[in-house]
Amino acid sequence: MLLVVEQFLNGLQFGLLLFLLAAGLTLVFGIMDLVNLAHGSLYMMGAYFAATFAAWTGSFLLGALMALGATLVLGIVLEVTALRHLYGRDHLDHVLATFGLILFFNEAVRLIWGPAGLALPLPAWLTVPVPILPGIHYPAYRLAIIAVALLVALLLYLGVMRTRIGMLIRAGASNREMIGALGINIKLLYTLVFGLGAALAGLAGLMQAPILTVQIGMGENILILAFVIIVIGGIGSIRGAFLAAIFVGMIDTLGRAFLPNLLRQVLSGAAASTAAPALSSMLIYLLMAIVLVVRPEGLFPATRR
Amino acid sequence: MKSLSASKAVTALMLVGLVLLPLYSSLSGNIFILTLFTRIIILALAAASLNLIMGFGGMMSFGHAAYLGIGGYAVGMLAQEGVGSGFVQFPVALAASAIYALVIGALSLRTRGVYFIMITLAFAQMAYYVASGLARYGGDDGLTIYKRSDFSGLIDLSNRTQFYYLCLACLFGVIFLIWRIVNSRFGLVVQGLRSNEQRMQAIGFPAKRYQLVCFVISGTMCGLAGALLANNTDFVSPAVMYWTRSGDLMVMVILGGMGTLFGPVMGAVVFLLLEEFLSQITEYWALIMGPLLLLIVLFGRGGIMGVLGRAGRG
Repeated sequence: MLLVVEQFLNGLQFGLLLFLLAAGLTLVFGIMDLVNLAHGSLYMMGAYFAATFAAWTGSFLLGALMALGATLVLGIVLEVTALRHLYGRDHLDHVLATFGLILFFNEAVRLIWGPAGLALPLPAWLTVPVPILPGIHYPAYRLAIIAVALLVALLLYLGVMRTRIGMLIRAGASNREMIGALGINIKLLYTLVFGLGAALAGLAGLMQAPILTVQIGMGENILILAFVIIVIGGIGSIRGAFLAAIFVGMIDTLGRAFLPNLLRQVLSGAAASTAAPALSSMLIYLLMAIVLVVRPEGLFPATRR
Repeated sequence: MKSLSASKAVTALMLVGLVLLPLYSSLSGNIFILTLFTRIIILALAAASLNLIMGFGGMMSFGHAAYLGIGGYAVGMLAQEGVGSGFVQFPVALAASAIYALVIGALSLRTRGVYFIMITLAFAQMAYYVASGLARYGGDDGLTIYKRSDFSGLIDLSNRTQFYYLCLACLFGVIFLIWRIVNSRFGLVVQGLRSNEQRMQAIGFPAKRYQLVCFVISGTMCGLAGALLANNTDFVSPAVMYWTRSGDLMVMVILGGMGTLFGPVMGAVVFLLLEEFLSQITEYWALIMGPLLLLIVLFGRGGIMGVLGRAGRG
């Protein structure tokens, strides 16, 4: 029981983090039609910035806030200097150019911070276990991640659905040329959206940093999960990204936690312990394959044609 | 006419260079260059196979390195289990790649465009994780191959020069095959599908079936490269399937010139020599390579072949 609740919450927390990453990716793709592989690098930069700033200032919160601002600025700089020139080009060009950016970022991090990983220690008040149900404790920090991510998701929803900028973003997603023709400053809007996506990725990175170590390449594996989420949820759809992210987070976490035991009841011990790790890491991709067979456009496509 | 000769001359020069390389190596005693170029040729073979679906078929696969791993693991696993004969290992490697390509292709081809890129990427990453989970075959650490594929005296893979020429023959064979495919009725249909799938369908061609067959052919060719690569390094690990390797292959194809017969070979030679050269100058070679890629994408349309063509014309 205790384990089930704990793993359930872990799955939720992982799913929400994935959402932060996938939301930026899907926004950028939906509006600018840009495939940004370097999104994972922004996630990594968020974590490195947080670890560095937290060490400088001695405060976790202050470091996190500064890191958030830094990734926002980095995203904007990246858009203005490089990615802006890729809009309207072939998707293959996007893939290659942002692939080059990943090489650059990984190497730059190795140059600046060294090949060894960094640690981002938590302040004492975030490490205490919190009783959530009678007899069940859960780390305060993971609860904080859930709360922050849910809050951000809510703000994102309100921002996109209820504000003027959100309206422009939605309009941009459905017809780019038209809102340009209506006199909206598209360049500024694009830069803004990219910066927002970068900040979201940075937020995911810096929140994940204390749980995992901060290391080179940390953004790459999780980026592929974000891709899977976008494919499942439907490109350009924030709602789809949210639901798919929670789904994928849950399946991944619960699969890794319980699949070995389940297999052990069906197969012999040795066979189960060989098959379990491979099978549990395949689980999400199998899920994606099933979704593709049933709904090639994803579960919640942004625009129906 | 002049543009034709510019790219043709460079291609011919490169091919003659590749054929004569072992001679230079044995005369100068530079063994390293032979080892380096064996690797280059194998990866050129992989890039050429990717070019078949990407350049001619318009299918942007971002998971082509998976076949390198599958071909390699077929050789490695069989060697581990005591089956050393190349006559078994190579067919198994090709068959395994073909089956994987059939399954992945059937699923991925339900989508198009950027979805296709992401899905092939995700499936290759799945293959990577599966290989990492193979505890019996080394898992994350990879699998050492103690004895190269045995072709019972026909050809000795442990002999550097013989192995080099085997790889080169495979590369030429694959390029010849691609040339035949591209100019066949089948190849024309596939290229037609790249230009306009709807029209081809309207004429009455079963689009997905043609694309799937092309996808499987390409995967099988890359499986051959995987089997050769494993023999070259005497080692296979999940790292050969890592998605950056798929990205490298894509870069080679684009760099050389997508949809040209010898472009991918040119791309592989230039890319890997550049990597070798930069890594000798500085440990942080990717710091230069990354922005260089960005510049190539932004300004180098059509890759080396395209630039040569334009240079000849201008």
